[in-house]
Amino acid sequence: MNIIIVGCGKVGKNLAEQLSEGGNNITVIDNRPDHVSDTTERYDVLGVVGNGASHAVLEEAGINNANLLIAVTGSDEQNLLCCLIAKKAGGCQTIARVRNPQYYAEAPYLKEELGLAMVINPEREAAEEIARILRFPSAIKIDTFVKGKIELLKFKLPEDSPLCGMAVREIAPKLHCDLLVCTIERGEETFIAYGDFCFQAKDIVSLIADPKTAITFFRKIKHKASPVKDVLIAGGGDITHYLCKSLEKTGIGITVIEKEQKRADALSDTLDNVNVILADAINQEILMQENLDKKDAFVSLTNLDEENILLSLYARSVSQGKIITKINRIDFDQVIDRLDLDTIIYPKNLTSNHIIRYVRAMKKTIGTNLETLYQIIKGKVEAAEFIVADECPLTSAPLMELKFKEGVLVAAIFRNHKVLIPRGSDRIQVGDSVVIVTNQMGLHDINDILR
Amino acid sequence: MNLRMTSYILGLLLLFEGAFMMIPTITAAVYHEQELLMFAVIALSCMLIGFLITRWKPKNKSLFPKDGFVICALSWIVLSVFGALPFVVSGTIPGFIDALFESVSGFTTTGASILHTLEGIPKSVLMWRSFTHWVGGMGVLVFIMAFLPIAGGRNMYLMKAESPGPSVGKLVPRVKTTAKLLYLIYFSMTLIQFVLLLVGGMPLFDSICISVATAGTGGFSCSPEGMNYSPFCLTVITIFMFLFGVNFSCYFLLLQKKFKETFTTELKVYLGIIAFAILTISLNVRHMFSTLSETVLHSSFTIGSLLSSTGFATVDFNEWPQYSRTLLVILMFIGAMAGSTGGGIKVSRIVILFKDMLNDLSAMIHPHQVKKVKMDGHTVDGEIIRTVHSFMTVYLIIYAISMVILSFDGLDLTTNFTAVVATLDNIGPGLNLVGPMSNFDVYSTTSKIVLIFDMLAGRLELFPMILLLTPSTWKK
Repeated sequence: MNIIIVGCGKVGKNLAEQLSEGGNNITVIDNRPDHVSDTTERYDVLGVVGNGASHAVLEEAGINNANLLIAVTGSDEQNLLCCLIAKKAGGCQTIARVRNPQYYAEAPYLKEELGLAMVINPEREAAEEIARILRFPSAIKIDTFVKGKIELLKFKLPEDSPLCGMAVREIAPKLHCDLLVCTIERGEETFIAYGDFCFQAKDIVSLIADPKTAITFFRKIKHKASPVKDVLIAGGGDITHYLCKSLEKTGIGITVIEKEQKRADALSDTLDNVNVILADAINQEILMQENLDKKDAFVSLTNLDEENILLSLYARSVSQGKIITKINRIDFDQVIDRLDLDTIIYPKNLTSNHIIRYVRAMKKTIGTNLETLYQIIKGKVEAAEFIVADECPLTSAPLMELKFKEGVLVAAIFRNHKVLIPRGSDRIQVGDSVVIVTNQMGLHDINDILR
Repeated sequence: MNLRMTSYILGLLLLFEGAFMMIPTITAAVYHEQELLMFAVIALSCMLIGFLITRWKPKNKSLFPKDGFVICALSWIVLSVFGALPFVVSGTIPGFIDALFESVSGFTTTGASILHTLEGIPKSVLMWRSFTHWVGGMGVLVFIMAFLPIAGGRNMYLMKAESPGPSVGKLVPRVKTTAKLLYLIYFSMTLIQFVLLLVGGMPLFDSICISVATAGTGGFSCSPEGMNYSPFCLTVITIFMFLFGVNFSCYFLLLQKKFKETFTTELKVYLGIIAFAILTISLNVRHMFSTLSETVLHSSFTIGSLLSSTGFATVDFNEWPQYSRTLLVILMFIGAMAGSTGGGIKVSRIVILFKDMLNDLSAMIHPHQVKKVKMDGHTVDGEIIRTVHSFMTVYLIIYAISMVILSFDGLDLTTNFTAVVATLDNIGPGLNLVGPMSNFDVYSTTSKIVLIFDMLAGRLELFPMILLLTPSTWKK
């Protein structure tokens, strides 16, 4: 596909890299020459220096042959204008990043009137992810399939977990839980889970189950499975705004520490049951006054990554609760992952993953539709959900008779409102939603998993 | 340095060089020459060595700008060394340095020869000599890139190091597709010229050799009689010499029917220079030819040959009046357009330098003026202007050092001066003792080594060869 990306910031670069490796022809536009040359030197993409909302510049970038335009500049207005002009000039599909809560609230109207294929809001994406985890604090990461009917959970085994020393195949008979362990990360290594594989303390385990089974499973292995009751949030930016909106109805007690008078006022104006504290969060006394050590969860959402990391490290040392850290810069993710910070949220990655998912789905072939796509382990293992719409080679025989490629796992089947953890004798039927876990990156047709 | 990646690319290069040598092998078979066995053995050994080296696959495929330059310079050295083997083994050119000179001259599309006569040289060797021009013209790394995935996104550095011109852009988003398109245009144009020459009554062997030599803007002739062809053929060659001196992105834009964008400032200046030179030189040499058409034909042939850095000669322009000689030397310096197969400083650099100079002059009158160098409506990046300036500095330094070393051979200044420009700008013939009817065998071995370096440096736009010799490139 021919894709134009307007804006060469972190998200733009990340998109350029991943989409170009996925076999698309990418042209990037930015009015900062240094950002353009940096992108074109690092990735196999074409660069155009100029204003992406200008018709002439878009023409130079080849808007007439483009299938998709993604506008991810720093300005909402420019993104929307880019998309509008691209739509009129080239008739391609358009995706805009819109961060302003006011505009985002009108997203359906914008989509309709400007013909946008997708409006993406990184702050809201991040807030939703955080809210999901606060509802299920044992997990480091939760992704959902089939509109929340199937969950992909990632969690870390503590030292005293009953799972330690148990083999993967023993889970079903011993714990009576029908779920599927997908991957295990141990240090730098990643394993696709097979029956004889034994768990060890500090393993990071990804599993697929329906939400109820997941709760039972976590109770049985003595993990906390109930939602958090009170949360302390440092920083009152847009993510905090969306997060509070989403948590308000659930009755979770929320305390927000924000140092700017204006932001604090705005938060208390728009939110009802939220305790807003006007103070700098980088202050042990303030944190203690607000009972950091007794809270179920702490979320650091200030604008500075360094502050967030420090706050979370401190919270780790005084509290037993859930800790979530937001990191903007994605460049040093490996170092940060090693800091043992519990859950880390990268809004920039969420944005690009969401867009990449959409692009892959655009390439769908007849018969199967790619619905959702997650990276379980960045750049190594993916989980993808397909809807089987027609008869295809996959539906021709029971699973055990099919020849799968190496590193492919049929993880779950959703049929008649029920989640099925597939066994060899099961057969995929037309109308099923199928979740595939694989280390074959770049899948976009379900039949690609067969040899 | 990514050594494994470097050796991997060098291995690929040898594989391709072996494959290219199949062409003289076939020639030898067609003409029943005894060199058949030699070419076959050398070709197969190149491929075998290449195959063995490429077994050692690199784990880490990432390249940095430095690697791009070093790989590029090393590739061209390896290419030339193995390309010299047929000359030595066949006994055509027994001395290795002489053979290397001929091979480098071929690959860098210079066309300067140390051979006194082509009498008695096997056709297969002549074919190899001319064909090296075609391989070197568009660049062998670009060729590898067109057909093999070598370094993911970062192979842009390789293309940058090998392609001529101050700023190298891609035609389409992907390096691989860009490389393929370039070779497609290159191949088609060569084919058209070949057919036209054949139609014009040129023998098959000559048509092939002349077409590939023109396409690469090389300049080796292939028959002992020199460029003794019909006026029609000479006209075809003239036109194609001018055409191969044009930036290939112009052809790409033309194919896309973007006529307005095709006529860039650089193309207009290039055409302007051609028109001016043909007009004045024709007037200047009118008395030396019997008819007007002959005058125009030979002067435009010579101008096309020197401006595009091809280096064919129909007449001994060394005998021309001083004005013509002087202008021809200036044309040698200017060279072809960026992004073509030609050599020289390149028209776009000259335009940038000229505009930058005008801005500087204007800034002396209005000290606080803000004025950017612009080309075709776009501001030229400050970094590109800086690189053009340092290119010129490096050019002059290499020029001066080469001149000094050459002077020890005791030849006259004009000979040395034009010998350096003829090699550094990949043209071929110079004036006086290295004129179109003479050869470079007048120089000592040391001087030949210097000229070999100049040819490689000139073809790779100076920086890769200089960086190869810079100690800090090799420090860990």
